[in-house]
Formats: sequence, structure tokens, C-alpha cells
Amino acid sequence: MTIDPADARSAGLSKLRALESEAIHVMREVASELERPALLFSGGKDSIVLLRLAEKAFRPGRFPFPLVHVDTGHNFDEVVEYRDRRAAELGERLIVAKVQDTIDQGRVQDGYDPSKQGSSRNQQQTQTLLDAIEEHEFDACFGGARRDEERARAKERIFSFRDDFGGWDPKNQRPELWNLYNGRLRKGENVRVFPISNWTELDVWQYIEEERLELPSIYFAHEREVVRRNGMLYAVSPFLQPQDGETVETLSVRYRTVGDLTITGAVESTASTLQDVVTEIAATRITERGETRADDRVSEAAMEDRKAQGYF
Amino acid sequence: MSAAPDHAPSASLLAEAGDPAGMPALRADLLRVATAGSVDDGKSTLIGRLLYDSKQVLADQLEQVEQASVRRHGAGAVDLSLLTDGLRAEREQGITIDVAYRYFTTGDRSFILADTPGHVQYTRNMVTGASTADLVIVLVDARQGVIEQTRRHTFIASLLGVRHVTFAVNKMDLVDWDEDVFRAIETETTRISTQLGIPDIHVIPISALQGQNVVDRGELPAWYPEDDDHPTLLRHLQTVEVSTDRNLTDLRFPVQWVIRPGAAGDTSGGRWDADDLHDYRGYAGQVAGGVLRPGDEVQVLPSGVRSRVRRIETLDGDLDVATAPQSVTVHLEDDVDVSRGDVIVGADEDAEAITFRELEADVCWMSDRALRPGARYLLKHTTTTTVAKVDAVLDRLDLHTLEREDADGLELNDIGRVRIRLKRPLVADPYLRDRATGAFILIDEGTNDTVAGGMIR
Repeated sequence: MTIDPADARSAGLSKLRALESEAIHVMREVASELERPALLFSGGKDSIVLLRLAEKAFRPGRFPFPLVHVDTGHNFDEVVEYRDRRAAELGERLIVAKVQDTIDQGRVQDGYDPSKQGSSRNQQQTQTLLDAIEEHEFDACFGGARRDEERARAKERIFSFRDDFGGWDPKNQRPELWNLYNGRLRKGENVRVFPISNWTELDVWQYIEEERLELPSIYFAHEREVVRRNGMLYAVSPFLQPQDGETVETLSVRYRTVGDLTITGAVESTASTLQDVVTEIAATRITERGETRADDRVSEAAMEDRKAQGYF
Repeated sequence: MSAAPDHAPSASLLAEAGDPAGMPALRADLLRVATAGSVDDGKSTLIGRLLYDSKQVLADQLEQVEQASVRRHGAGAVDLSLLTDGLRAEREQGITIDVAYRYFTTGDRSFILADTPGHVQYTRNMVTGASTADLVIVLVDARQGVIEQTRRHTFIASLLGVRHVTFAVNKMDLVDWDEDVFRAIETETTRISTQLGIPDIHVIPISALQGQNVVDRGELPAWYPEDDDHPTLLRHLQTVEVSTDRNLTDLRFPVQWVIRPGAAGDTSGGRWDADDLHDYRGYAGQVAGGVLRPGDEVQVLPSGVRSRVRRIETLDGDLDVATAPQSVTVHLEDDVDVSRGDVIVGADEDAEAITFRELEADVCWMSDRALRPGARYLLKHTTTTTVAKVDAVLDRLDLHTLEREDADGLELNDIGRVRIRLKRPLVADPYLRDRATGAFILIDEGTNDTVAGGMIR
């Protein structure tokens, strides 16, 4: 029915090396042409790949940028532990920008309301990111977004310029030809850079397998207390409690994406090794965002709207 | 459908793709394709068909499209063109704003498809999409035959140095698969392509709407028999040979970034200035042409200093050989002064012959603000950015007749030839010899916009 996982794997290597070379080139261009870049690191699989690419681009030198995590406070413990440990292992600087601080300073209202289903701090993340960009005077932020994720992304450049308010204007993007990136900024502008734009979800998983990259444990099957809500499985946590009529089940699940735990769904799975996970992903019939991200289900143009407001 | 989609990997493909000198076939299974054609040619339907029949459409995407089909056309068949439906801004205005990228994999090859709008005002989008393409698919509507737009798209593909052009003659069902119609189009597209010097062309009859000869063969007339010479469009894309397209003759390594862990100015913490790294000096970059091997005698331009390649380093270990487009770190035997923008070339290279202080180029103008002779821009070429002055606009291409005509400037979406004077000399090649070292962009210093893509003559 779908891509034979074995075929996909055997075909992977040289394609991955071509995508890898392209991404390394992009990272070195940014380091050369921009003054103060940063790399957004969430502990999720895409940003884990970015870290490996940065090693490939800059070792044995240090990364010419710090790592930044925009922290909603609603995290999986396993991911926070991984984030801190990975940054320490690499010997690179990690800046954690907290949505809670933005809320405490009264700059945004907390979108999360424990009594409201589906509420989250997803929207507030944007403000915290913009604050961090301003505070540290970052002019470029690497992100792990891919064009295969979503149709607004499919039209976004590798160098995606944002105005003072972080907004993306799809009608006014710079043409991007060959591998010649124009990183020159207007006053007040900054640029989001997506080195793995041309990778698919399967490419990311295969690369993780090829490179033997460690992932936070929640990417593999584990027992967890969950509730079913709108066809998705959510982890029960201090930030997400079962509502009336919902029953808590203990299931074997894994995560396909890692985000704010109030809006990131798990999938039922017994895949406990990377190879099992890659095989499952190759055979899957639903997109990553459709399966696990409540934030993109809100409307047909959800991502487009959020990007216009400064979201990644 | 009479034939199952052909997903079986061909064992010979990867072997064939390796080049004679035993170079790694780095792109053997990644093909970059650009599509040219307008909505009316059924381009969105074709792309939807490619994705759908090759089983690349996932359940939730299909559900979205089914719902949208019902909303728009009422109950009935699924409108595959909606699979590539883009942004809300576009849906509202009924236009395609920009190049969109799609990804699919079948068997042993993966595809990056740049979907570029085909209307005349979108020349810049097609140039953008074709700039990185190995192959361009030009859509032809069987009922209309070869029209002005077909010529224009073929011309742009040739201008951008695309060596493989495939004409997909669509809507064959609407002309009852009339062989004469197809042969006439085949003859005319072949003639145009030959005139333009495109080395590899194929003409393939299809019906994207009916799903004939795109991924599955379907029922086809006897004049298009089921054999290797009459592939489906997808089969052709799977087997077209592109690994020999890269330049393996002229070594070009533009230095992008210098890695010096121990140097002053490197903000490295304690662990990165370990003693063994004190003398470390690596030149990082992407090979733009030729073959790089340890022991090679090289010269660094523009200084002309000579040395020898000591190591080709990657995080995964040293390499015996590197070719385009590999990103590597080069070490030289001698402690020479090398920085970003310098280019490492072979020792035998005639430096003068590849050093340009002035150049002639075809440019595609991409800005609302017209180009006038005497204007100053920043020119970015490989890893060098320099000030450039457009001394003269030599001609402008009439995109209707494809004749060159006198011009005193270039407007948005114009293509024309210009003469440019450079403040800093560039190590470059004619575009058709090496796309990576023959291409440049022009940047407006006032707005920082990219205003043109250029190809050195």
C-alpha cells in the first residue's frame, strides 16, 4: 500500500547525505552573514537533528550561536532532562526563555485554563520568543520546520524574513535561487532559517537512525496514563486532568512530535526501538501534525494565521 | 487500471548512477524537478495525480481534499488539484502566489518537486524553481498543441541550464488519444528543444484527470506500447540519469567558513581550545565543481598561493575524495592565509582565465523597480559578495517571440543580457559549464531585496 520500509531505508543514505550537505551549507551561510544567530532547541526530534548538523558544520570549533528553548512550562520531564543533558554534553550555552515569565510580567494573558479543554500556552509562546529575540538581539533563529509538514510551510523560504512583530508575509518573500541566500536584514527585521526545509518526516527518522542519535524516551513505546479527547490521546499530568465522563486508561504509547504536553497527542504503539519506530512511520497513513497536534486542527488555515502573527 | 504502480526498485539504478571514475553517486536517488504550466494545462491535477497514485497522500490530507471537493463541486469525484491548494490568501484570490515544494518517494528515488505558477507575470517563479532543478516538466495541453507559453517555458529551462526537459502532453483523453495530435506536438517540442541545445528531452502523452500514463499506465492505444521506450511519466522520472550532470572536471571549492578553535576572536569555552586544536585551521565549504582529493596540488585564488590538500575532513571521518555538492572541511599542507570568499582550484588552472573583473550575463529581473544602466547593486556569487555596477543593458528578450531586442532597461519578469563591472574580481565560470560557479544574485543595497538572478555567459 505504501512505501516499503525496507526499500525506503536502503535508498536513504545518499539522499540523506545530499540533504545533509545542503543543511550544513545553510548553517555556515548564516554563521557567516548574520551577526547574532541562535538555534531553537526544544528537545524534539527535528531540533535534535539540527544540533547534529551544527556539529557537522562547526566542529571542532564551538557553535557560533547559543541554543534557545521557548519553554511553556508544560513540559514532559523526560524532554527537559534530555534538553539540559544534551546542551551540557555539547558544551554549548542554553538559554531558556519562559512563557511563565512573560505572563508574570503581564505582557500576555495565560491561554491555559485547567478547566478549559484544549486550552494551551501555544499562542503565548510567540510573545516569549519575540521577547527573547529582542533581549538577546538575535538576528537569525534556526528552526527545525519542514516544508512537508503543512501547506503554509510548503511555500516558505529557507530564509524566512520577519518584520518587527515577527510576522510572515507570504506574498512578499524574497526569491531564493540556487544555493545563494540573501541574509541582509532591514532595520527591525530578523530571519528564521530552516536548514531542513527539504527533509520529510521519514528523512528525519532515517537520519536519526543513521546517525544513532539519542532521543528523549517519550519517542518510544512506554506505558502512560492517558485520556481520549477528540480522537486523540493526551497524557494525564498536573496540567491536564480528566474531565467529567473521561476515563483514565493506561496504554502503551509513543510520541511522534514533542511539544507542549497539553496539546500534543500520543499514538498507541509498541515500537520500542528506533527501527520499529521508523517502520511504523513509513507505514503510517496520517500526517504528523494531523495525528498529534491539536493546534493545527483548529481551522484549515491555522498554521498560516499563526505564522502571520510571528509563530515559527 | 491495468497495471499496478511500479514501486519495485531497479537493482541496476544505483549501480548505473555511479560515475565512471567511481565517484559516490551522492544524488543518485534524489531528483529535483520543477513543473511549468498553467492551471489550465491541468498542472495541479497532474501533481495531485503523481502524489495520489504513488500513495503519498495520507488519510487526513485526503479527507481534507474530499471535504473541499464536496464544498466546491458537490458530491462526486475527488478533485485532486485541491491537494496542492495552497494558502488561504491564494484561494481567496484564485491565484498561485509562489513556488511551492512537494516531496514524494517511490522505490529507490525521492523527488523534490518545485511547483511553479506558469502565467507570464510569474517568470521569476519559474526561474527560481528551475534554478535548482535537474529536470523540468513542461505541460502541454493536447488540444492546444505547442503554444507561446510552451516555448517560453522550454526556453527558461534551457537558460537555467536544465539538461533534462520532459514534455507531458496532457488531456490526451480529450483528443481521443489521437496519435497524429501527439506526433505533431512531439515533432514541434523536439525541434524547439534541439534548437535550444537541451541535451535530453522526452515527450510523454498523459491524462492527469483520468490517471492515464502518469503513475499507472491504464488503457493506452497500440501506438504507445508497454515497453521501455514508452514509459509512464513516473517511470521516466525514476530512471532519468542525472549523476553525470555535475561538473567533475574543474575543481572549485569556495571557502565558506574558517574553523579555528584556538584563534583569538573565537568565543570558544575551555574545551574548544585544547592544545591539540591550537594549530587547527580548517576551511569549510561546499564543493562547487570538480574532484577534490588529499594530496592534490591546489592554488588559492585570488592570492594565487599554492599548497597541497592535506586532509578532507568531516565529522564522520576523513574522505578520500569529495565532489559537488558535498560540504566538507579542507586542510592544506601549508599555513597560508585563507578566508571566506577565497576559492581553492587546481594548481594547473589558468587563474587569469577564470578571474572576472567584468562579466556578461543573462539576468531575470525580479523587482518592481526597473533596472537602468549605471545602477549599482551588491552581487552575491558563491561565498563572495561584492559591489557591482550594471554598465549596460545589451538586450531584452521578447518573451512572446523569444527574439532579443534592444533595450534601455529591464522591468519585473524581464530577461535580458547585461554587462556588469565588479569592484572585487570573482573566480567564476560560464554558467553552462558549472551552475554553482556561474550563478549570482543581485541585491538592492537600499531595500536589501533580491532583485535579479544572473547567469554568467
